[in-house]
Amino acid sequence: MTDPNAFAFHGDTFVALPEHALWWPRRRALLIADLHLEKSTSYAARGRLLPPYDSLQALGTLEALIDRLDVQEFWCLGDSFHDLHAAGRLQPDIRARLQALTSRLFWVWITGNHDPAVDATLGGVSMAEMQIDQFILRHEADPAERRPELSGHFHPKLRLVVRGQSLSRRCFACGDTKLILPSFGPLTGGLDVTDPAIARLLGPGGEALVATNTGLRRYPIGALSF
Amino acid sequence: MVQAARDNVHALLIAPTGAGKTLAGFLPTLASLAKGERRGLHTIYVSPLKALSVDVSRNLSQPIAEMGLDIRVETRTGDTAAHRKARQRIAPPDVLLTTPESLSLLLTYPEAGAMFADLRTVIIDEIHAFAPTKRGDLLSLALARLQRLAPHLRRVGLSATVADEPAHARWLAPGADEAVVRLVRGEAGATPHIEILVPGDIGFGRIPWGGHTARHAVPAIYDLIQRHRVTLVFTNTRANAERLFQELWSANTENLPIALHHGSLAVEQRRQVEAAMAAGNLRAVVATASLDLGIDWGNIDLVIQVGAPKGASRLLQRIGRANHRLDEPSRAVLIPGNRFEYLESMAARDATLEGDLDGEPFRPGGLDVLAQHIMGLACAAPFGPDALYEEIRTATPYRDLPRADFDDTLAFIESGGYALRAYDRFKRLVRQPDGRYRVSHPRLIQQHRLNAGVILDAPMLEVKIGRRALGRVEESFVQQLEPGDTFLFAGRVLAFERLEKTTVHARPTPSREPMVPAYLGGRLPLSANLADRVRAFLAEPAAWGRFPDEVREWLEIQARVSVLPEPHGLLVETFPRRRKHYMVAYCFEGRAAHQSLGLLLTRRMERQGLAPLGFVANDYALAVWSLHRVEAPAPLFAPDILHDELSEWLANSALLKRSFRDVAVIAGLIERQLPGLRKTGRQLTISSDLIYDVLRQHEPGHLLLRATWADARGRLTDVDRLAAFLARVEGHIRHQPLPRVSPLAVPVLLEIGRESVEGSAEDVLLAEAEALMREATR
Repeated sequence: MTDPNAFAFHGDTFVALPEHALWWPRRRALLIADLHLEKSTSYAARGRLLPPYDSLQALGTLEALIDRLDVQEFWCLGDSFHDLHAAGRLQPDIRARLQALTSRLFWVWITGNHDPAVDATLGGVSMAEMQIDQFILRHEADPAERRPELSGHFHPKLRLVVRGQSLSRRCFACGDTKLILPSFGPLTGGLDVTDPAIARLLGPGGEALVATNTGLRRYPIGALSF
Repeated sequence: MVQAARDNVHALLIAPTGAGKTLAGFLPTLASLAKGERRGLHTIYVSPLKALSVDVSRNLSQPIAEMGLDIRVETRTGDTAAHRKARQRIAPPDVLLTTPESLSLLLTYPEAGAMFADLRTVIIDEIHAFAPTKRGDLLSLALARLQRLAPHLRRVGLSATVADEPAHARWLAPGADEAVVRLVRGEAGATPHIEILVPGDIGFGRIPWGGHTARHAVPAIYDLIQRHRVTLVFTNTRANAERLFQELWSANTENLPIALHHGSLAVEQRRQVEAAMAAGNLRAVVATASLDLGIDWGNIDLVIQVGAPKGASRLLQRIGRANHRLDEPSRAVLIPGNRFEYLESMAARDATLEGDLDGEPFRPGGLDVLAQHIMGLACAAPFGPDALYEEIRTATPYRDLPRADFDDTLAFIESGGYALRAYDRFKRLVRQPDGRYRVSHPRLIQQHRLNAGVILDAPMLEVKIGRRALGRVEESFVQQLEPGDTFLFAGRVLAFERLEKTTVHARPTPSREPMVPAYLGGRLPLSANLADRVRAFLAEPAAWGRFPDEVREWLEIQARVSVLPEPHGLLVETFPRRRKHYMVAYCFEGRAAHQSLGLLLTRRMERQGLAPLGFVANDYALAVWSLHRVEAPAPLFAPDILHDELSEWLANSALLKRSFRDVAVIAGLIERQLPGLRKTGRQLTISSDLIYDVLRQHEPGHLLLRATWADARGRLTDVDRLAAFLARVEGHIRHQPLPRVSPLAVPVLLEIGRESVEGSAEDVLLAEAEALMREATR
């Protein structure tokens, strides 16, 4: 297994996927963060009638990944729903497709600040945090945590200016003991990975990781922000 | 004009600057108001600039006071205080001076009906400046509404000399019926006196091979300033204005008061310069297009154009800024920055003197602007769709609006207009039992008024030294700076310290070699008219006798070592240089068109295994270099490149996303971004790029995507130009293989290093950045 986007983290091998998800080959586990289902309809309630296709698109990408990788475990690292009523706004067919997935896989909803409780009828297990193997999984990284930690919440994004061209990509933010996943939801923007809120958590050796079709790109965060 | 008013017909006055157009427009109004028969809003005056409203207000107040008339004249722009605006709605002045945006906003208030019911005249100044733009669309729709509220309203347009008079009359006319508009032509001014500086003139060095600066002409410019009362020096970009201003001050042994004026400077600073100019305290102002329009100063006796003028109409407009007296010729001096620019200056002079102006492309009105307008009207009062459709079609840009597009626009406002999933619960418009639509929630009205308008600037950041604000600069420029980098701004060299939220902190530095701002804006396209003339010059050696020696010799050597481009064909030269293979195509279609072509060509070359490495363009030519030699250029330039490579490239291009952002804001889908606010933590607005991607994937036929393509087409007039060009030259491509670079190729090759786009695939750039960083941090 030599996926060009594979990398080592605390004794295990992970693959950063260009679809902004994390693949854990040993456990056949797929991890995503910040799905923000029904973000569009949440804005619509306030008069901004965004294209109501974000849930549809996210689900389509997920289904394709799950089929391609033969996934057995699925972990959502919080903010899977944009607000507490988001699950109720899912269209019936989307809801059914989501239920089909949760019943097929070992499916865990880690709760986040946007979705402190998850609609139980959707299936899956809901919990605030969880340790698997040597890793702790939670929504928002805990500065006091010493165990290796996988989390979401910050929507890290890499901004670069190369030859006068400005590039912006969702990225993984990786420190000594912390790996922060990019946001998965189609309508979720990001926070610059050099922002102190992220850099503080990662420590001095922090890196931004970007999965591309030609392999994993790693950028020392210290070098991005000088 | 008075006769037109007496006959009660719409009128379009076309006259050169300085002919007293504005006053002529107001005469009938003043005459009517002087009789003192009535009160209430009599005349609205609309101009493209806030400053112009203020200036006109001053110019009107004086005669009104002198004649002892009881006439209230007030301005209403984005700068007007809220309480004053509120009062104007209840007790309007006799004459209101405003902008298209403010007028459009006025129409969103329920009072609009009463306020405008007895309006007699609407005067539109500088109509040529915005008729064919989105601001023009907005204004045209507002006029249609005004005409409905006040059926006897008389429209008066004031315009500079334009190429297509009937098109402007049609734009002004209700229902696009130009027959109801009386054309009034002002007296033609004296023929302007236009001179092109050449070697041998005082203080002028040789004409350089390449570049666009006037370094070789600084002593000449200074000499001209010394010999005139007041000189206006125009440059084509802000970066050039900054540089020239600095060099003029280095040469300013007499300490003449010379100032700088461009769109990025702080408003107060610009106002100071304008006031000093009006008071006669300045000898020269170095300016960009920021002074193309605007206040008449009258005392200017010389206009200098630095760099090629890019279009005859623009040149005429700029020349018109000098000497606002019709009986004396305006005087202008053109300073070419390089040899091609000499030819272009010559072409511009000939075209100007022959009255051969550039036509403005009129296009159908934008659906995004239409959406904003309809929502605005809904804020004022409920409307019936059928009557509104008829009203909108009396606005000329929307004359041919299909009912289906109107209905789609309505559906978009009402519920987003999505085919696959309806927002029934969150409708923004609700249908009343009588069939009319009204806004569903007062909050939406507030939201609309906050976000209305069609001018969307690139995000700008404020530049400060300590606590003093100097002006604003593009965010994208600042993103490329690192602490310690130096740049020219507001006429001084600054060192970048840090970015703090929306403020760029800088300090003055003694450095003399700044990294000049690579401003994105301000690049003017070469007009097709001038390009044709330059091509004609090249093909006619008999005419070269009028050129200075070095330009003539340059062309003669070209004829000897290669060939000259023919007026109707395409010359492609290929030659090796430093182990790479170069291909230079002389297309003469303007830099933007060449850049688009460069992107497409390199894609095609990639597919053919030629390993293209990069390309660079100027207004006249495109140069591409590759590892392998191009043996047969003709198939590369086949017109099908616009189908095969273009749509693929365009759909992903930044240009389309940029267009979508503007369209989405104008149409009210997303909120106007507060300029330069870096998102911190939770964000309130969603990036339009994300919305674009979702929409394109799930509903490619959506109204806003249609509006986006239309918008991008407008920006990419160069693509249309490119299509026409490729069709024209097919079968007429002349390939000239050479052992080395030709004289004609030098100017475009000199642009390398200034800017070049190499293999633009994002993944390549990401890999390169990683390698660089690894190297730098090893």
